[in-house]
Amino acid sequence: MDTNKNTYTVIYTIVMVAIVATILALVSMGLKDKQQTNIKVEKQMNILGCAGLAKDAKTVSDRNSYVQDEFKKYITEALVVNSDGEVLKSETENLDASDAFKVSTADQFDIIRKMEGLQDEAEKEKLAKQIQLPVFVCQTPEGGKNYILSGYGAGLWGPIWTYIAVKEDGKIAGALFDHASETPGLGGEIVTDKFRSQFTDKVVLEGGNIVPIIVVKGGGAKPQNNEINAISGATITSTAVQKMISNWMELYKPYLQKITSKTE
Amino acid sequence: MAMDKKIFTTPIIKANPITVLVLGICSALAVTVKLEPAIVMGISVTLVTGLSSFLISLIRKTIPNRIRIIVQLVVVAMFVILISEFLKAYVYDVSKQLSVYVGLIITNCIIMGRIEAFGLTEKPLPSLVDGLANGLGYGLILVIVAFFRELIGSGTIFGLQVIPQSFYEAGYMNNGLFIMPPMALILIGCLIWIQRSIQKEDDKK
Repeated sequence: MDTNKNTYTVIYTIVMVAIVATILALVSMGLKDKQQTNIKVEKQMNILGCAGLAKDAKTVSDRNSYVQDEFKKYITEALVVNSDGEVLKSETENLDASDAFKVSTADQFDIIRKMEGLQDEAEKEKLAKQIQLPVFVCQTPEGGKNYILSGYGAGLWGPIWTYIAVKEDGKIAGALFDHASETPGLGGEIVTDKFRSQFTDKVVLEGGNIVPIIVVKGGGAKPQNNEINAISGATITSTAVQKMISNWMELYKPYLQKITSKTE
Repeated sequence: MAMDKKIFTTPIIKANPITVLVLGICSALAVTVKLEPAIVMGISVTLVTGLSSFLISLIRKTIPNRIRIIVQLVVVAMFVILISEFLKAYVYDVSKQLSVYVGLIITNCIIMGRIEAFGLTEKPLPSLVDGLANGLGYGLILVIVAFFRELIGSGTIFGLQVIPQSFYEAGYMNNGLFIMPPMALILIGCLIWIQRSIQKEDDKK
């Protein structure tokens, strides 16, 4: 058979592409449920993880059901608030399908980015009103309440995101970071306990104002007050974390003022 | 099958894709900061080189010569996407760690190189063995480099601390340079140097 004829080449390509496309489509469909559960469970794990819960998730054999149970147990309420601190929606049932759980922080980040480009204050206000902020209320085993806030920003290669558990006194109970494509071993290190644990007990809100968290280059000097040691070799990712936190905390500020004033 | 053994052993040391053919360097620099991603990357590349060489060799007589590179690309891409999908469904953590580098297996020169040099002309079974062996040779170098980078750069092996805490208290510090890609290049350079000087002596005999 002459494999160099034009018609043969064209038919060959079409058949090949059709076969490959079918295989990929079938596999993708077959694995979709599993992948989506993974993504959902991961989000639940992150939400719990920032408040220091679901610690056994790495070791239990059936992680998915363990995380889902823990999520049901500790997360009591899911809220959507706006940047004025008003509660738009509050749900207490089926939280893993709640609106707050479905809010895409990536979409909110798009609005934030648009706002940064604007000079006109009135326009900015208008955009800020569109922003939806998810809040998860967590009843900790110790009896206190943690408010779990989200954040999303641009790292070096791709998005980075965070969940921050804030206590009623305006201090951070715990923070968790994750990323899509930061360099493993460099920017990717923001997920490690070593980096995360630095955020614990840092003050976010004091006297009604946001206290900025500053990432400083680690050079042996002990970080003070609200300073966090950056990851060596990953300056851009580290500053991106700082920027993400300041962006989102500024949006959460009115709501944070509400929750902290309740206790005073 | 005496010939098969040689096909399998040569690419691992004597004609190692990284140290001798100097292919696939880019990903070798990127994923060798820690051992775990390096091993998963090694396994994934091994599977892709083996399977795609095998499949191409199976259909080698039907492939129109003018579009053979495109056909190879489609086959390689298919296997890479399949691996990426399975990683996402069954070992989600690892797939996240490797992030974009799984997709970038497609661009790994070793795969296309082996298909062009071997799969297109040889029978399926030797092609499979050749592909797997090249992947393993690649993985071997990755693991060696990752071992030193993780040990000296982070003081850990598989994420567990191996350098005693008392060392740190005595003033020992992790070498930050080992975390950076340039150090991986230097390490690979050293490996090439060692291997070439040994093989040169062999050649003289």
